[in-house]
Amino acid sequence: MVEAEGLTKRFGRTQALAGLDLATSAGSILGVLGPNGAGKTTAVRILTTLALPDGGRARVAGYDVVRDPAAVRRNIGVAAQDATLDETLTGRQNLVMIGQLSQMRRRDARARAEELLRTFELTDAAGRVVKGYSGGMRRRLDLAASMMTRPPVLFLDEPTTGLDPTSRYRVWSVIRGLVDEGVTVLLTTQYLDEADQLADRIAVVDHGRVIAEGTPAELKRLTGGARLEATLMSPDHAALDALRPLVEGPFQVSEAGRRLRAPVRSTTGLVARVVRALDEAGVDVEDVAVHQPSLDDVFLRLTGAAPEEPAQLAGGHRAAAPELQEVTI
Amino acid sequence: MTDAVPMVCASRASLPDRVAGAMRDVYVVTRRNLVHIAREPMQLSDVTIQPVLFTLLFVYVFGSGIPVPGGTYAGFALAGLLLLNLTTSSMGTAVGLTVDLSTGIIDRFRTLPMWPAAVLVGRSITDVLTATVCTLIIIGCGLLVGWRPEMGIGQVAAGFGLALLFAYALSWLAGCVGLWARGAETAQSFGFLVLFPLSFVSNALVPTRGMPVWLRTIVDWNPVSAVTAACRELWGNPNPSAISSAWSMQHPVWTALAWSLAILVICLPMASMLYRRRTTD
Repeated sequence: MVEAEGLTKRFGRTQALAGLDLATSAGSILGVLGPNGAGKTTAVRILTTLALPDGGRARVAGYDVVRDPAAVRRNIGVAAQDATLDETLTGRQNLVMIGQLSQMRRRDARARAEELLRTFELTDAAGRVVKGYSGGMRRRLDLAASMMTRPPVLFLDEPTTGLDPTSRYRVWSVIRGLVDEGVTVLLTTQYLDEADQLADRIAVVDHGRVIAEGTPAELKRLTGGARLEATLMSPDHAALDALRPLVEGPFQVSEAGRRLRAPVRSTTGLVARVVRALDEAGVDVEDVAVHQPSLDDVFLRLTGAAPEEPAQLAGGHRAAAPELQEVTI
Repeated sequence: MTDAVPMVCASRASLPDRVAGAMRDVYVVTRRNLVHIAREPMQLSDVTIQPVLFTLLFVYVFGSGIPVPGGTYAGFALAGLLLLNLTTSSMGTAVGLTVDLSTGIIDRFRTLPMWPAAVLVGRSITDVLTATVCTLIIIGCGLLVGWRPEMGIGQVAAGFGLALLFAYALSWLAGCVGLWARGAETAQSFGFLVLFPLSFVSNALVPTRGMPVWLRTIVDWNPVSAVTAACRELWGNPNPSAISSAWSMQHPVWTALAWSLAILVICLPMASMLYRRRTTD
């Protein structure tokens, strides 16, 4: 439904896209994951006919985005990163206008608008001018706008940026529902957990090209599996010797020497064995945990950097990353 | 691929359907612009309050000192006041388009299967509607201060039609400026740098016979002068410019028509070209 081949786009000196390839199958969600400036929005703008590529080809719903933009537009819904709404109209008027401009009958547009206002919990605000909406309300109205015509292909550029957790879960469930109906979704996000939760396949984009592509499980496998994290009461070299038979790679130790991290093969009873081993070595332990790989790890591994602004949503383990260093003892 | 519930819509609509769709798009965009005006009625002050103020100002303050051969200043000035207000208010188009282009709504429009030019056409129709409001207010003010048309209804209506056609053409010129300008301030300065001289360096508000020859030549060929003189002729009001030997003043109706059409022929395609360029990246 969405196929891009070798898309390139340059803005002045910035190479926004450097040969981007994407492909989705019908009725699935492709998550495009990448830090700010990776080229996600440029890719979406090209695929939604808002921008022309310098090179490469792209087809959406079977139509070439450059040669037949009108046909592409009949088959897509778009929720851009910056809400594209009429500030002076009410929420309801926005939806009805967008429906009518998508060649819906007025009556159908009104009915569909009411339905979407309910879905996105905007019914109470529907009669108010958008100027007075909060960021989250705009975001939800924009998402509703993208779904007015029930398009077969939906582009959502960072759909949950700026939403509170409740709204995010709501949006996720709406997106899942659409996919169940057969809609194809291309979703960009900076949030790894969002891609993990929603996407059937994920394309990791950095510097304008896809640097990894696969199912969330495939990508996680790239990091080499689970890892053990142990926090000791005080730094103790005996801990490393005790744990070495249980781990599968080199240790990372924090500067203070209290926190250890190492790749492990996740097996039942692993935590118990770790605790026992440390206990037998006479090491006092504050905390032991085995972390399953997350997309955060994939991202760190692939790009050498955490995506921006992940803090409020990521698990606590990421905070430990910067203070750990590879050491050889 | 198409067995999924949301069907890919494949067929391109037939030509009559596409024309009907385009008209509907224009209607929807125009209605949206009118809702904007209803929400912020002060936007309309240049076609509601300004005509009243200008009529009173010119007829009672300046007019008392300007002798008009063969009639009263009110009878002479009404056509000029109409053109002055219509010309300066076309600045609203430039500013409106610039503001539209700076908000995200244009990006939304561009992802919809609508007629892209509906944004421009809807804007110009909105302007004709507000220009009509302006015209009605000026007629009301004119009748109050003593202006009377001396010709039949057909000719009087033709005069107003000519003025509105000119206003429509100017809205496309202003539209080009709005599409070219990067900000509302630039669009606004177009008003002061182009529209004000255009409306004041004309025969709209003073008889031209006292002007130096070089200036009178400019004034005689100014489109605003032509439309003003055409209205005066069609309404049977004093038209001192008729004594000028310039062809434009001898045939003001044809000159007014020619100016309006020339502006449209140049600015319509230019506006759509600028719109396409402005909205492509």
